[in-house]
Amino acid sequence: MNTKPPLSPIKTIEFRDVSFHINVIPSRVIVSGISLEILHGETIVLLGRSGSGKTTLLRLMNGMLFPSEGKVLVQGRSTAAWDPIRLRRGMGCLFPHFTVAENVALIPTLENWDASRTAARIQEMLQLVGLDPREFAHRRPRELSGGQRQRVGVARALAADPPILLMDEPFGALDPVTRAELQREFSTLAHRLGKTIVLVTHDLREALLLASRIVLLEAGRIIASATPQEFLRLDHPEVRAFASSLAIAPGAPV
Amino acid sequence: MTPQMTTWSFFADHRAEILGATLDHLALVVIAMIIAILIGVPLGMFIVQRPALRAIALGIASVFQTIPSLALFGFLIPIPFIGGIGKRTAIVALVLYALLPILRNTYVGLTGIDPAVLEAAEAMGMTRAQILFRVRFPLALAVILAGIRTATIITIGVATIAAAIGAGGLGTFIFRGVALVSDALILAGAIPAALLALLADFLLGLLERRLKVS
Repeated sequence: MNTKPPLSPIKTIEFRDVSFHINVIPSRVIVSGISLEILHGETIVLLGRSGSGKTTLLRLMNGMLFPSEGKVLVQGRSTAAWDPIRLRRGMGCLFPHFTVAENVALIPTLENWDASRTAARIQEMLQLVGLDPREFAHRRPRELSGGQRQRVGVARALAADPPILLMDEPFGALDPVTRAELQREFSTLAHRLGKTIVLVTHDLREALLLASRIVLLEAGRIIASATPQEFLRLDHPEVRAFASSLAIAPGAPV
Repeated sequence: MTPQMTTWSFFADHRAEILGATLDHLALVVIAMIIAILIGVPLGMFIVQRPALRAIALGIASVFQTIPSLALFGFLIPIPFIGGIGKRTAIVALVLYALLPILRNTYVGLTGIDPAVLEAAEAMGMTRAQILFRVRFPLALAVILAGIRTATIITIGVATIAAAIGAGGLGTFIFRGVALVSDALILAGAIPAALLALLADFLLGLLERRLKVS
C-alpha cells in the first residue's frame, strides 16, 4: 500500500516566495518571504514561538489558506489547483461523539472504503499505535487518557495512508513522561513508514528528537533551516533563546 | 359537601370525558410539535449556512412568541386555508408558538460546537454538508432536544386556550368552569394538563440526558 520510494529526491512540498496577510485595515502580515523545499520522506519540524506563523504554514500546505503572494506546490501542483479535500486528511482533535473505531475509520468512510477493508484497517492502525482494539475500539474519547487520545489521533491520520502527514502540536497537552514516550514511539513509526511529515511545535526537545530538519520561524519569517546536529551550533539570538529553554534551571549549562 | 369532595366526585363521574379530552389535547400537542420540529430543525440548519437569514428567521419566530395566545387564535380565524374554527387553526397557532424555542436551540446548538472539533473536521477534508450532518448535528442534538422540551411544555399550556376557538382538548373544561364558576370543572382541565406537562418534561429530560456528549 505504501508509495514506492522515488529514485531521486522529489520535492513533495515547495514554498516559492510565499507571503500571507490578513486583509484587515491596516493589513496584517502573518508570514512573508517564505521559500522552503520539503523532500519526500523528510520529517520537517516547524519550530517557533506562539504567533511566529508555524500553524499558518501548515494551513497553507493543506489548502485551508492560500498565499497572498507566491505559490505553494504540493507534489508539483499549486494548492490552488488541488481539490482541497484531497489535500487535507490531517490531524486534529478527535470527534467526541464518535467511538475510537469511528474516529479512526473517518477518512476511509469518507472515501467509501468497503466495510471489511475499513474494519481490518481499524485493527491494524490501533495495533500500530499500541492500543488493543478489543479494549479501545468502542470507547469514546472522553473515556481515554490524554496520551491514548493522541495515539488515536495518529492512528486516524495514518488510516488512509496519506503520503504527507501534517501535525499541529500532536503531543501538546500531555504530561512530560507520556509526551516523551509518545515522541519516541512516533519517531520509530515515522522512520518505518517513510512518509513526509511536517510537524509544528514550540518544544525544541521534540524538534531535536523527531526532525530530520528543523525550520525555525520568527515573526513570520524563516530564520534557520538545519539538521538537529547543526541547529544547536547556529549563531542566532532566537536559536540561542530556544537552546536556553533546554536548560533545566536558569543559568545551568546547556 | 366540601369543595374537595365535589371535585373528587366530579372526576370520578366524568372519568371517560376527562380521559377523552386529555387524549384530544395530547393529539393537538403531538401534531403541532411534529410540524414545528419538521419546520424548525431544518430551518435552523439552513440559517447556520446562511447568516444573512438568521436575524430574519429568529426575528419572525420571536414576534409570534410575543403575540398573546388568545389574540393569535383570534387573528388566525379569518385567514383562509389555515384559519377558521377548529383544530386546524389551533394547530397552526401552536406550531407558531413552538417554533421559536426549537429554531433558536437548533441554531445555538449547531453554532456552539467546540471550534477545535470543527477545525479538525475541516482539516479532515469533510465538506460543509458532511460537517453539518456528521459533526454539528449529532453534537447539537442534546441542545436541540432541550428546545423541543421547552416547546412541548409551552404547547401543552397554550393548547388549553385553543378550546376558545373550538379545538377541543382540556381547555374545554377550563373555559366551561370559568363560565360556570366551578372549581371542579377548571381543575378537571388544569390538573391533567399539568400532569401532561410534567410527564413530557420528565420523559424528554431522560432522552436529553442520554443524548448528551461531553
